[in-house]
This record gives sequence, structure tokens and C-alpha cells, in this order.
Amino acid sequence: MKIDRRSFISLGVGVIVGSTLTPVPWKLTDDISIWTQNWPWTPVPKDGPDSYKTSVCTLCPGGCGIRVRKIVDRAVKIDGLPEHPVSQGKLCPLGHSGLQFLYGPSRVKAPMKRVGKRGEGKWQKITWEEAISAVTGKLKELRDEQKPHTVAWVAGDDRGTLPQLIYRFLTAYGSPNFIRPPTVQDAYELAAYLMQGQQGTVGFDIENADHVLSFGTGLFQGWSSPARMLSIYGKMHDNKKFVQIEPRLSDTAAKAHQWVPITPGTEGALALGIAHVMIRESLYNEAFVSKWAFGFEDWTDDSGKRHMGFKNLVLKDYAPEIVAEITSVPKPMIEKLARQFARAKKPIAVSGRGQGHLPGSLDECMAVHALNALAGNINQPGGVSVVAEPDYAKWPEVNIDKTASKGLQNARVDGAGSDQYPNARFLLHRLPEVINSTKGDSPVQALLVSDANPLYTLPDTQATKAALDKIPFLVSFSSFMDETASYSDYILPDHVFLESYSDVPTPPGTVQPVIGLSKPVVRPQYDTRPVGNLVIQMAKAMGSFVEKAFAWKDYQAYLKDALKDHWDQLEKKGFAFIKGPQDIPFTDQFNTTTGKFEFYPSARNNANGKDKDILPNFTKVAIEGESGQLPLILVPYDSIRLAGGEIGNPPFMTKTIDETVLLDQTVFVEINPKTARKMGFFEGDRVRLSTPRGQAEVKLHLYEGVEPGVVAMPRGFGHTAYSKYLTDKGVNFNKLIGPIEDPMSGLNAAWGIRANITKA
Amino acid sequence: MNTNDQQHPASHPASPESGDAPEKRSNGSGWFILLFFIIGFIGSVLSGWLLFPNMLYSEKEQPIDFNHELHMGVVYEGCQSCHYFRSDGSFSGIPDLYSCSGCHQFVQGTDPEEEKFVNEYVLPNKEVPWLVYSKQPDCVFFSHAAHVKGAGMDCKTCHGDIGHSTHSRPYQENRLTGYSRDIWGYNIARLGEAKHGMRMKMNDCADCHEKETGHKGYCFQCHQ
Ligand code: SF4
Repeated sequence: MKIDRRSFISLGVGVIVGSTLTPVPWKLTDDISIWTQNWPWTPVPKDGPDSYKTSVCTLCPGGCGIRVRKIVDRAVKIDGLPEHPVSQGKLCPLGHSGLQFLYGPSRVKAPMKRVGKRGEGKWQKITWEEAISAVTGKLKELRDEQKPHTVAWVAGDDRGTLPQLIYRFLTAYGSPNFIRPPTVQDAYELAAYLMQGQQGTVGFDIENADHVLSFGTGLFQGWSSPARMLSIYGKMHDNKKFVQIEPRLSDTAAKAHQWVPITPGTEGALALGIAHVMIRESLYNEAFVSKWAFGFEDWTDDSGKRHMGFKNLVLKDYAPEIVAEITSVPKPMIEKLARQFARAKKPIAVSGRGQGHLPGSLDECMAVHALNALAGNINQPGGVSVVAEPDYAKWPEVNIDKTASKGLQNARVDGAGSDQYPNARFLLHRLPEVINSTKGDSPVQALLVSDANPLYTLPDTQATKAALDKIPFLVSFSSFMDETASYSDYILPDHVFLESYSDVPTPPGTVQPVIGLSKPVVRPQYDTRPVGNLVIQMAKAMGSFVEKAFAWKDYQAYLKDALKDHWDQLEKKGFAFIKGPQDIPFTDQFNTTTGKFEFYPSARNNANGKDKDILPNFTKVAIEGESGQLPLILVPYDSIRLAGGEIGNPPFMTKTIDETVLLDQTVFVEINPKTARKMGFFEGDRVRLSTPRGQAEVKLHLYEGVEPGVVAMPRGFGHTAYSKYLTDKGVNFNKLIGPIEDPMSGLNAAWGIRANITKA
Repeated sequence: MNTNDQQHPASHPASPESGDAPEKRSNGSGWFILLFFIIGFIGSVLSGWLLFPNMLYSEKEQPIDFNHELHMGVVYEGCQSCHYFRSDGSFSGIPDLYSCSGCHQFVQGTDPEEEKFVNEYVLPNKEVPWLVYSKQPDCVFFSHAAHVKGAGMDCKTCHGDIGHSTHSRPYQENRLTGYSRDIWGYNIARLGEAKHGMRMKMNDCADCHEKETGHKGYCFQCHQ
């Protein structure tokens, strides 16, 4: 007998078999699985006592109330604030992802100076003193050369105290060029101003309406205050009917009670067709129209000249059979839409495509707004009102010196307010064209950009880049390494919203005016400074009259000064109500020359003075490209799961995107199966999509929900900056489209562009 | 002969010895192998039941030996005096230094543990790193309010009669997971009455819920 290999094997087998009768394998399996959850190298934030801070989300104009949970000094979760009057405790996915902006890798951590070529990504960290004196040095130099009007500032918004502060700075400095990026709000504000004589945003009391006729508005895709709309959606089946008119079966169309497909770009004609039926069948609110409206019937002016009224224009030119021809909405459907709308108690018509960040035509806005007037549902509960600009920001007049006054007499670089575009306030989309077509020195010698990312959001990225190349001095105040920041000469990084104070004016689209106060929830994570403070610091460094216009220590002091009546409540609750349309007597609500709602807007300046050009009319907005070589039409679409504007999509949201929208870095465009079949393409085919402005490689998703001949592409992809979590995913829609000027207003009214697809 | 052999290759006879010898060898070493198997088996069973549980846990002392009974004698509201619910319904858990130093700003008695507490923690303003017997992983959501206020349970149902202990017992830490031995239960087979209150593995929660409410509960109730 000998102990050999087999004995040991046998011993081993004995141990193994024996161990199955002990707790060892079972307990170890359990423990090991727990051990893997607690690997010391898995990053786990430090534990500690928790606390909550309330604030307001500023990631979009929605201004939702938020409640941030903190563990010690780290924010760990953003939730909705139930007592907030607009958002009522709801948040959109972007708001829920807010912490990824605070702690994400694309933050600019300190002031930087470009050392390589523009856009090369070579930066040098500098001190704040160096950064501020670099900017003020350049600004002083331009002022000394008597060229203050060559400075332009692109700011994300024109409402609220920060834009006011920037505006004040530019005024004291001598530049008329405060510019805000274009949105459909421009067209809406202008329509409200022309027809009702009120400056402000247009509010829709959808909560109390019973019929909502939407001309392509992405009501449930991130429009207005998206969280508010989600809560309306939750309750909508109780008492409302939603009708969505849109060339694509969008999320909103899918959720609506009825979807009416339409030829893209013809929404305005349909609105006038509906008006025709309402007038022809006497379904409009005669009491309102006869007492409170002007320009409905034909009229004679002081000089005895006859003018055509809205009624006759519509009856003559927009019979359902004609409109059916233009819009491809069948005649009986147009009649049905009109009757449904007119018979509702509280009908609302709303226009503006997608989330409302897309441009829109003035005529279309006016045509749709005219429907609200025909229904007599203006300035009523459950109707449409103009919410005046909040008047809390009032400060002493600015005293300016001679240089500034001369500078301010120059025309704006974007042409807004000029003889050609007298009614427009901002025309940022014109800027690249203006700069690129100027021979010699660029009319903009220094461009400052805050809360905006024009290199991503402006139509025609190539042209925008070329224009930026001609601007010798480019400064970004972005908190993130976005497209514009990474292409600039200096970055003076702002705090993000969870680190700083700011006021949030009433979200466009809502009726009850409310100011929100966004407050610091955590201490600043990096060496950043709020733009408001920088404006004041820059003014101080400029000296003389510019400095004198700024008596405040810092932005917070200025904000407190502006909001003094509301400050305590804002600090405590996070929001405060201010005076709104319901507080103004109905009789005082129309500030037009006639004191009425004007179907014929007498304030609409028009060179040739033709009635048809002044009344809401359908002028087909041209589309770029030849239909011969480019048989398709490319249109953009918005999704609530994609941030399509100046802010980059956070990774949390990217995770929620379907595989038929983005797969392995490639974006899908939707195409009708009939069109695809005709062109010989199949689901998932990789193709080259070309438009007159650019080309891109995309994949095809066959979808019956788009009209034949149309391809639809999501907005929000194709970032070239930010972090690796966003770069090079899909294509930026703006690369493929150019602006189309609305001839009447100068606003960008491009809704699509001709395109073709070929095998890649 | 050669040709014959080639014709009957299969009929070549095997020698009888050469057939028996391996059979005998295998019988002898078969017993031997079985013996080794039994040694391995019994050794494994014994060490699995007797050695393993002791090897799995290390023993740590609490930073301060805390006398619950003594404190119970001087507070008015029992457990709630120190382990209370906040106004928002959340449970305060183990008191922080601030709460303790309300009374123990200076040494009051003669207990060396109190002196140690004041000198090492209160004066340098350092939180006591208590070892929590009932600590659960982060993926577990547990509401004290639902159990104590909602279902009217006593603290001691789960935590044992800790309120009347005079010393802090050693904290037996699982070397792999870091959690207390209390969670699995002192008896490695998880049989019989648990020592020091309830066992706190997921199945223990589910069993109790099934008994009390008729349903084990849903995943997301605890894994939120
Ligand atoms: S809707 Fe706008 S404000 Fe509200 S949570 Fe979303 S991003 Fe923030």
C-alpha cells in the first residue's frame, strides 16, 4: 500500500463532498456576492447626514421648482418641488439629470486662455485678474478707437435680471448689440405685440381649456414648461381634447386624441382655412369680434382709402378646397376641425413647431392667433393671454459719455430694428451672413457669449464657423466646454445653476406670472465666477462712465435690489407670484392704436402697404434646394429625451434613447416605407444624407408616421465638444440647414430643407 | 506457424497471472482511497461546522463601551430619547456627537469610558465611529417609521433587548462583507431563536412580512 496521487485526489473529493454538507459553500457564495457590491475601488460618495435645499431649475426656460437632497455637502438627487405653482412637483428628464451638469466632466474648471489655434483644444490656465483684464483691455482698446459698436454680446435670454445687467453694460459701454438666440418666441411675441399691442410672452391656459388645437407644437415633447405639460398630460383625459396637426406622428401626436397629418410648412394655410369655415358658418364669437376686434370687416382709413378686412381675405382666398390643395388635409377634415374648435367652450389654438426652440413664421403665428380671437378666447380663463414682461427690474438711468452715445447711434449688426426689419428685436441668425458678406474687417470685432452656444445652435454650422473665424476676439462665459467655448480665445467660466443665484422669469407659454429664484445648493465646485459678478467686475475695470452705471458690490446685491419686494418670499419659498393678465381689467388689455384686438395690425410696418401683407396671410416660406436633384424634404423633430438647444444632452438622457434613434454613434432619420421602397432602401440602411448646406452619414428607420417624401431627424445630436459622453454621437441638424428669412419680419422661418439620400 | 498466427490474431491466449494481478492491487488501494476520502470528508465537515464560522468573523470592540441601562435610567422617553424620529418622519439612528455632548460636555461621573468619550471625542469634536450591528447595504431601503409608527412594533423586536444591556458586546465583523454577524445570525445554520434580536437577511424580512401581512412584499419596496 502506498500513498499516491490517487489518494490525494480522493482526499480532495472527500473534502469537496464533505463541504457540501457544511455551510461553507453556501455562506461563501452569499458573502462573496455582497463583497463584490462593496469593492473598495467602486466609487461611493461619502455617507453622512442628509438635508434638502429648494431652488429652481434653469436648464430650460421652464423654471421648475426643485428640491435637492444632499449628503453632507454633496448633492445626490434632484426632485420636483410639490408646492411650485407651475411644475407642481414634476420634473422633466433634463431636470432629473441636473447633477450631471454639476459634477460632469465637461465643466471648465478655471479661467482659460487659448494657446493653440482656435478650436485646437490647447489651453492655458490663467488667473481671474488676467482673464478680466484681457477682456476689458480689448474692450477699452475698441472704445479708444471709437468702435464700441463693434462689440456684440450673445446672451441666452433677454428676460430676467442678468440680461438686463448685460444690456446695461453694453449701453454704458456704447454698443447696441445685445443679441438673443432666435426661438419661436420671437414670432409669438411679435404677433402678440402687433395684434394686441402688448409686449410680453404669450400664455396658454391649457389647464382650464377644453380643446387644444396645436399646429405642430410639441406640447408633450418639452414645450413651454415641460414638467407642467407632463402634469397636464396626466390629467388630460378628464375634460380636454387635444388635436395635433403635424407632418410627423410625434410623441405629442401619438398622445393626442387626434392626429392630422399635413404637408410641412403649410400650417398657416390650414389655420386660415379653419377661419374660413368658422366665418362662413357663423361659428365665430360675434360678441367679441364686433366689440373688441378691429380689421375683421373691411374698413376705411382717415384718408378715405378702403382696406380689406380679415373676413374678406379669408372668405376669398382660403376656401377649404383651396386649403386642401395646399395642405393635403382633406376638405371634410378642415370643416370638421373648424366645427370642433368653434363649438368647444374654451378652445385654444397654438403654433410653433417642436419645443418652441425652432424658428417660426410671423404670418403663421398671426393666423393661428386669429383663431383664438375668432373664438373670443383672448385674455380669458382657459384662453390665451399676453403675459407682460415683469417690471421688477427697474434701475436708475444710465449716464453715458460721448463715445457711448455715438456708438449707440450705430445700427445693430444683426439688422433688427432697421428699416428693413422694423419690428424684429433680435436677428442672431443673420449675423454669420452679415459678417461673411462684409469685405474687409468684420463688423464685429469682439463677441462675448453667455448662456448660449451659437456654434451649435445656429443654422448652417459651416457659415457660423466662418463668421467666428473673422471675429478677432471671442470670449465665452460657458460653464462647459461646449462648441462655442472650445472655439473661443478666452473662457471665463460661469457657475452652474446649482451654485449660484439667479431669477427665473415666467416660463413662456404659462399664464400665471411667477418669478423663481435659483439659489446655490452646493458651494462652487471649481474656480468659476457668476457672469453677473463678472459684468460688474468688468465695468469696474473699465472705469469712468461704465463703472458709474454699476453701483452694486456684486450680482447678488443687484439681484436683491431688483427683487426687493419679493426677496424674502423668494428666499423662503423659491417663487413668488407677480401681477398678471388676470389682474388687469379686460378693457385695458389691448394697447393697440385702436384699443382693440387687431386682425389688421396697424402697427405692422410694411413697405408696399398692401393689405394682404399686413393681414395674417399665408405666404409659403420658401424651402432651400432644387426639387429635381433633392427629391426629399428634411425636417427636424424634438424629443423630451434629448436636449436640442445650447445645452448638451446629459448621459442619463442619452441612455433613454431608442435604438431606432441612435445606435453605435449613428443617428437614424425617419422615412416613410413607401418612399424608402421607391428609392430602394431598407430598414437600417446606412446612407449619405445631403442638403444644399452639408452632408452626413446616417441610417434609415422606416416609419409610417412621417409623410411620404419627408425625412425627419432628431435635434440634439452631433456635438463636437463637451465630453466623450456626447462628442461624435450622430449629426447636428443645424449642420444641414440654413436660415430662411421671413420676408416680413426678418425672423428665421426655415422649417425644413430639400435633401437626398444615396447609398453610403 | 507464422501464417497461423496471422490467421488467428485474436485467439492469442492471455496468461492467467497477468489477468489477476491488477484486480488484487485495486482491491487493496481501493480501501486506501476510500479511507482518504473519509478523512477528507469528515475533516471537511468538522471544520466547515466548527472552524469556519470562527474564521469568517473578526472581533472588534466598540470605540466606547456604552451602558444602555444606565442611560435608560436617566432619560424620560425610553429609546426615543436618543433614537428619535425627525419632523419629516425620517429616523435619526445613532445619535451624533452633538446630541451626546448636550450632557457630556465635561466628564460627569467616574466611569473611565465616559472620561475616554469626553477626552477622545467630545473635546476634539470628533464623531464616534460606532460599529452598527444592524447596518445594511446601500441598496436596501428601510423605513423605521413604517415599522415603529405604522405597525406599532417595539425596538426590541428586531434589535433585541439592547436597551437593558450594560456593556457593548464585541462587534463580529464578516471578513468578506464587513457587515455584522448579527445580520446572518450567530448560528451559522440559521436555526433556532436568533441571538440579539432578529436576523436581518432579506429572507428574514420576507418571512416576517409573510407572517404579519400575508405577503412577502415586492422587490421595489426595499430596493428603491
Ligand atoms: S422642464 Fe426645464 S426647468 Fe423644468 S426640470 Fe426640465 S429642464 Fe428643468
